[in-house]
Amino acid sequence: MSANGSGIGASVKRKEDQRFLTGRGRYTDDINLPGQLYGYILRSPVAHANIGGIDTSAAMAAPGVHAVFTGKDMEGVGSIPTGWLIHSKDGSPMVEPPHPALAIGKVRYAGDCVAIVVAETKRQAKAAANLVDVDYQELPAVASIEAAEADGAAQVFDEAPGNVCYDWEVGDKGATDAAFEGAAHVVSIDVVNNRLVPNAIEPRAAIANFDPATDEYTLYTTSQNPHLIRLLLGAFVLGLPEHKLRIIAPDVGGGFGSKIPHYAEEAILTWTAGQLGRPVKWTCERIDAFKSDTHGRDHISTAKLALDADGKFLGLHVSTKANLGAYLSTFATCVPTYLYGILFAGPYTTPAVYCEVKSFFTNTVPVDALRGAGRPEATYLLERLVDKAAVELGMDRVEIRRQNFIREFPYQTPVALQYDQGDYDATLDLALDASDWAGFEARRAEAAARGKCRGIGISTFIEACGIAPSAVVGSLGARAGLYESGSVRVHPTGSVSVFTGTHSHGQGHETTFAQIVSDMLGVDFAAVDVVHGDSAKIPFGMGTYGSRSLAVGGTAIYLAVEKVIEKGKKIAAHLLEASVEDIEFENGSFTVAGTDRSTSLGDVALTAYVPHNYPEGLEPGLEETAFYDPLNFTFPAGTHVAEVEVDPETGEVDVVAVTGADDVGRIINPMIVAGQLHGGLAHGIGQALLEDCIYQDDGQLATGSYLDYTMPRAADLPSFNINHNTTLCTHNPLGAKGVGEVGSIGIPPAVINAVIDALRPLGVNDMTMPATSQRVWQAIQQAQG
Amino acid sequence: MNDFTYHAPTSLDEALAALRGAEGAKLIAGGHSLLPVMKLNLAAPSDLVSLAGVPGLADISDDGDSVTVGAMCTHAQVAGSATVQGRIPALAAMADGIGDAQVRNAGTIGGSVAHNDPAADYPAACVALGATIVTDRREIGADDFFQGMFMTPLAGDEVVTAVRFPVPSRAAYAKFANPASKYAVAGVMVADGPDGVRVAVTGASGDGVFRVGEMEAALAGSFSADAVAGISVSSDGMLSDTAAGADYRAHLVTVMAKRAVEACG
Repeated sequence: MSANGSGIGASVKRKEDQRFLTGRGRYTDDINLPGQLYGYILRSPVAHANIGGIDTSAAMAAPGVHAVFTGKDMEGVGSIPTGWLIHSKDGSPMVEPPHPALAIGKVRYAGDCVAIVVAETKRQAKAAANLVDVDYQELPAVASIEAAEADGAAQVFDEAPGNVCYDWEVGDKGATDAAFEGAAHVVSIDVVNNRLVPNAIEPRAAIANFDPATDEYTLYTTSQNPHLIRLLLGAFVLGLPEHKLRIIAPDVGGGFGSKIPHYAEEAILTWTAGQLGRPVKWTCERIDAFKSDTHGRDHISTAKLALDADGKFLGLHVSTKANLGAYLSTFATCVPTYLYGILFAGPYTTPAVYCEVKSFFTNTVPVDALRGAGRPEATYLLERLVDKAAVELGMDRVEIRRQNFIREFPYQTPVALQYDQGDYDATLDLALDASDWAGFEARRAEAAARGKCRGIGISTFIEACGIAPSAVVGSLGARAGLYESGSVRVHPTGSVSVFTGTHSHGQGHETTFAQIVSDMLGVDFAAVDVVHGDSAKIPFGMGTYGSRSLAVGGTAIYLAVEKVIEKGKKIAAHLLEASVEDIEFENGSFTVAGTDRSTSLGDVALTAYVPHNYPEGLEPGLEETAFYDPLNFTFPAGTHVAEVEVDPETGEVDVVAVTGADDVGRIINPMIVAGQLHGGLAHGIGQALLEDCIYQDDGQLATGSYLDYTMPRAADLPSFNINHNTTLCTHNPLGAKGVGEVGSIGIPPAVINAVIDALRPLGVNDMTMPATSQRVWQAIQQAQG
Repeated sequence: MNDFTYHAPTSLDEALAALRGAEGAKLIAGGHSLLPVMKLNLAAPSDLVSLAGVPGLADISDDGDSVTVGAMCTHAQVAGSATVQGRIPALAAMADGIGDAQVRNAGTIGGSVAHNDPAADYPAACVALGATIVTDRREIGADDFFQGMFMTPLAGDEVVTAVRFPVPSRAAYAKFANPASKYAVAGVMVADGPDGVRVAVTGASGDGVFRVGEMEAALAGSFSADAVAGISVSSDGMLSDTAAGADYRAHLVTVMAKRAVEACG
């Protein structure tokens, strides 16, 4: 590989920006099919109720209405499935209740799908939905973990006593307990990881069509993983074979995990299109997005850390309760287990780690992956606890981390993962230097002179990304493999189409992947286009999440390019009348080693498609596909430092500086990497200070619109100081690790540690996310007595 | 949103006729309060009567001892007006802090005062500055105009045409904004005007804008931040939501009052 103007390592402007910035993106809602009808999804206004009956007659009689379907009509259609089977400590499988696409007999959250009204226009459908008469016989709701586990709590599902889905564990409990017995110090902490609403800028939407001439269904949907939707919708819900179900995820305006799951609406729309023989379109309104897009996080945890007299970590014990919401969404069950518990070694040599997680059903929106998915929850807990240990032992916050760092690789953690490579001292040193950590006390004093409490906080973290080795996740309960496919088609005149099973919804794959292929093949960057998001065009794919696209999808493309080069060498050897072993490929030219005899990739491609003078027995064409199953997770790591100023009169927290020193593996496009880091940091600061999804006790969402749910805005954020120290992943040829989730994993504990550092002089020693101004003010009031 | 008939009158008389012509008719100015509730089906007027085409409602004039702002002036217009900036800079600054740029370019002073949202900024400015609300048929003092949450003495067919602000010797507005909506959680306008010192609070109380007599008296004695720093308002009747409970709001009233006094210079 060689860096050129648009190759690996160059900050090439994004190919996709031309259409996005000029309003020529083609999102699902931009697409209209001939004869299209509009569906409106009627949602439950109450959190928990038996349905006494549904009278659709008035709605059916309303102007423009073609059909009204309820759960009864869809009886016999499969349940919306979940993708990961978790086993409890006692070996029993998790409770996996059915999830009918349209509620049958009972609604379980405010937002649950109750009926679809199909009409000529969107407004007619919505107006007619008001005429559907549903007899809700309300039941008490459980809207929180505390409510779900209370004695005598209402039952979300009869088959889940105590509302427990599973009671899982990882790690050696005996060894961990033993570590605590001999410990000089034990430090404990209770933390809440606040529930978040994902808030992608494009609301979910879908158009389903059925062609009776071919018996083929087509579903346009806002998805991060169209093939996964085809698998779940086709094989599990509607019983359609792959060749009769095409899923297209066109331009998608952000996902953050909320567009991974297979949603009930996708099944309802597709089934309805089949019933009516006409295309049916649905676009979610923002107010419904708040109560139907999967939410994220929502943990309550208690943890303790055992240390020896010198501050060396001996053991970590974590007990977590997780809220799964009303139904099991696609990745819901693995997020608080295998994407969480196995992260608790962090970057530290803690020899004994044990984590138990009890997950609950509640009458709330289903919870699934949200940027980081389990890893932010683990990192937040660990980095808060390590900070607290430093304070309680009177140790320096940096030194306690440094003296527990892992320095020998590969490193087998006590919780399943094996880290291949890293240099945690390097990112720590870089962050300390770049943030002027040493000069902080002068800044604190300067702020104090202005009446502000200034604090600094740090977080040193690892992630497990590049999801994931299929055999490993399969043994842990995953119901799918997590490999990726890539195809590279060199056209007769030398331009290239690249097909990836990952999906770009803001990540810039069309640019990054084109850079890799352009670099490897030595063809012009402009001559390479990346195709994604259509199950009829792409061989197969598992989609985009878990910072996997480059490490897994990019590697599949890399391997496909290698196959193209191998085949090209055979053609070149024939043209150059040399032996294949003597052909070298570089910068777009095939050369006979040690000579000046060469032929270009363009000539080889033309020959492949016009094979008049061609190697005997070789297939024409120049197109290769590779499936890549990663050998291990990747382990991005880094140090984040946040500096805040608190106004003690109002409790307002101002983030005045953020420094990141990250190791994300090989960087293909530094500009895109910076963008991913910036977005993740904004997301993480949002969780730490602003975003809070609050349910009332009756299961109504108290923060159900932008009037009450605070998204981070530019004015809430400082200019980010981003730095890199790169070590390469050892088990993929790109050396890639992943970058999309770094900010949302690393920065929240740094921000909260900074807030506590700022307020410690006032007697405040704890803080819950989000550290809203009211919460900070109350903490100061309490501390001041 | 239900269907409605849209009227675009070109004179005040036409507007009034349209307003009287249908029982469910509502006036619309910038639409930034009305349209959101219509979208949620919380309001379903049969007719909307727009004031956008009625001439003479968007002027700002300097009347010597007062400044008159036409009802259809947008917040951006007030914020950017050389007259307002020169004569009552606190009013321009307040308008510049309403919502966001989109809101300021569409929302109007007339719409804001007629709606009397308890978290809107203008009611505090009107009360503290001792403004007069001018309608098609009468003039109403601000103290009498803002009668509690969403309540005003306006008749169903009455149109606010302007707001007249006496020029104070000094004034300032300090707002603690809701982090999500940017509406006032506690907004305090302090003005030293022809009728003495007035302190008006918006955003905090369930009854809408209110004056703090104790602070006004203290400031009349000594116009300094210290004079109000120790004066607290009761949290009884304060609004409470996910961003700010009653105690916190009451506390913020004192802090914002102090900061407004400081900003008066």
